[in-house]
Amino acid sequence: MLTDANAKGITRVEELAYDLRINRVMSRGLQYLTPDTRMIDALELFRTNRISGAPVLDDGKLLGIVSMEDLIRALCDFEQYAVVGRYMSRHVLTVRESDPVIEAIQLFTKTGVGRLPVVDDNDKVVGMITKGDITRGVLNALQNDIQEEEMRRYRASHLFEDIVSDRTSLILRYTIKARDFTRGGHASANIKRALVRLGATPQIARRCGIAVYEAEINLIIHTLHGGTLRVQIDPKRILMNTVDDGPGIPDIDMAMQPGYSTATEEVRAMGFGAGMGLVNMQRCVDRLKLESMPGQGTRLEMEIQLSPAESFREGKTSEKEDSA
Amino acid sequence: MNLQQVIESLDLKVLTRPRDFRRVVPTSGYASDLLSCVMAGAKNGGLWVTLQAHMNIVAVAALLETSAIIITEGARPEAAVIEKANEQEIILLSTSLPTFAVVGKLWEMGLRD
Repeated sequence: MLTDANAKGITRVEELAYDLRINRVMSRGLQYLTPDTRMIDALELFRTNRISGAPVLDDGKLLGIVSMEDLIRALCDFEQYAVVGRYMSRHVLTVRESDPVIEAIQLFTKTGVGRLPVVDDNDKVVGMITKGDITRGVLNALQNDIQEEEMRRYRASHLFEDIVSDRTSLILRYTIKARDFTRGGHASANIKRALVRLGATPQIARRCGIAVYEAEINLIIHTLHGGTLRVQIDPKRILMNTVDDGPGIPDIDMAMQPGYSTATEEVRAMGFGAGMGLVNMQRCVDRLKLESMPGQGTRLEMEIQLSPAESFREGKTSEKEDSA
Repeated sequence: MNLQQVIESLDLKVLTRPRDFRRVVPTSGYASDLLSCVMAGAKNGGLWVTLQAHMNIVAVAALLETSAIIITEGARPEAAVIEKANEQEIILLSTSLPTFAVVGKLWEMGLRD
């Protein structure tokens, strides 16, 4: 049965089928036959190498493929001493080593064959691929993926515990360029990912993500020269602030009104400038302070307080000394 | 109702990398072209219907963990947007229908949250 929990994993497997290249999963140490090999010797090759098929090569050129089924046909004809050239399957399909694994999967599904020779860019056979190779390759890649992310999460989630000080903070800084719409949301996506890795709850990561996204977009839309976005993660709170050098907000009370916007028509056409940015920020944070002087710049400060259940676990100097 | 059924009954074009859409089950829907409204109103795991097709829809959808974006009125995102969506695991679907018609059909199919 498929549940929501493992659906994500399966999606990753499908993705891997597109990401993984065939040469990363195929079996190397190519075992092959020549056209004048006898079927009985092919059987011996299969048995000693525990394989169920092999390509037939003549001077490196692919002539065909012999599988267990071809062997059985020869044995039924009492022709075990015939050369493989007589019983091999011709018109062999191949896959390229640089192709994604999905190409092989689709060929397996479409044709029902059990193995495919893998060729390089010069059509030289460099290996074989079977469904088993794919399963093994995907499982290995998945295992590496999981270990990598777990390691990152493990390290990050213990950051505050592992570093002992009287007061530990983690500060993330981003420089945001004015009018750089294509990179809009980059900083907030990185901040959200950092929070998740540190062990923040999904709700905290989402609130913080929305607040910094709106702040980031404001720097892009409204500032003259961009600005800086700074996030300070403390064990019990998250401070977010932006600083820019202009043009400043003439009327802050007006700016805080839902639906009020000074964005240009061009910016609005892209879906920005709904006049909801500051409203959204206010909704997501526990404290918001906006200071601005026209002609000088704007300073925005936001704070999310973390409840005891949401706090990052700390390694406190005093506690360590007590237990020692 | 899963995303495969949505794609088939609305005849949507899949712009991002194909996957098994039967395993994607949207739990809610939201329609708006104003990104801040989407930020405020769309729920996690929902479907977002919009005629915006630029890079920032991917950023918004990634933050909100939107299950898929249906881009209406035949608006075509640039290749870089599709690439970014693949990277962020956001599904982009496209249709020539207007937003109103898409939302109406989704409602008929039972997506009413």
